[in-house]
Amino acid sequence: MIKRWPFLIPLAVLIVLVAVFSKRLVDVDGGIDPSFIPSVLLDREVPEFALAPLPGRGKALATQDLSGGISLINIWGSWCVACLAEHPLLMELARQNTIPIHGIAWRDNPQAALAWLSRHGDPYERIGLDPDSQTAIAFGVTGAPETFIVDSEGMIRYKHIGPISADAWSNTIEPLIRSLEQ
Amino acid sequence: MTQIATILLVVWSFVIPCFAVEPDEILRDPNLEARAREIGKALRCVVCQNETIDESDAELARDMRRLVRRQIIDGHSDQKIIDYMVDRYGDFVLLKPPFKPSTWVLWFGPFAVFCLGTLVIIRKIRNISHIQMKPLSAEEQDKLAEAENNGTTKL
Repeated sequence: MIKRWPFLIPLAVLIVLVAVFSKRLVDVDGGIDPSFIPSVLLDREVPEFALAPLPGRGKALATQDLSGGISLINIWGSWCVACLAEHPLLMELARQNTIPIHGIAWRDNPQAALAWLSRHGDPYERIGLDPDSQTAIAFGVTGAPETFIVDSEGMIRYKHIGPISADAWSNTIEPLIRSLEQ
Repeated sequence: MTQIATILLVVWSFVIPCFAVEPDEILRDPNLEARAREIGKALRCVVCQNETIDESDAELARDMRRLVRRQIIDGHSDQKIIDYMVDRYGDFVLLKPPFKPSTWVLWFGPFAVFCLGTLVIIRKIRNISHIQMKPLSAEEQDKLAEAENNGTTKL
């Protein structure tokens, strides 16, 4: 006699697949980005880099500027629309003196970057120019804006992809900075 | 026929050399450039997700190609350059997934499914050949004879 139950296997497989795919759909609806690439740089040292300053603005940015205190590095560009959306939050953080904010002007034209900063405000302490993405690639950047939190030992402790929302700041990044300060 | 073949050949010749590598990026030394192409073929453009950095027109892909070439000129080995990218972007940057415990399902999965299917089919075939045909009962034989006499297939 041929047993009946093996005919249920495809049905079982179907149910499992539907469950897996629907979980993914729900996750995406719940704000998980399907193109998210987990960062392999977490809890590792900041890559070696030394970038030129914005002409006429002063302070450049290099690896050694990131030791001796917790700091925030923001990869940004005057061409980047999402960076503009994030900008008011960075301005507010700079106004409250929350954390030193450094910028990496990624693939940007120095004049355009300066014009953008004078128009929208300049929250950055140091800015390094990365015209050919070499430092962005060293940081594993895939798009702008991206934000890294570096601790006082120069280790990368957090990476945020995309504009920082008020929610992400107050629920994730700020508590993390508080815990690093202790 | 020859016309179709010609069209196919022409279309095909447009399809194969699909590179975004721009003339100013190409290294003078053809051997080094060949190495750069090999490495470029193994690396995924991280903003397009399904192209190699050699195929992609994305600016980040172009800068990754430049970085690969810069490191070749600096004397880094192919493996070291690929490791540099994996170090920053993870296994995701490799178009061919590496062979390690977390990817075993990926590598063995299709073969496992194939073997399982073969097993199921073999068992089915065996079962069929083992089924003993019960001889028709007297009543069934009568019915069959009657049906054949009437020239109908309906029992």
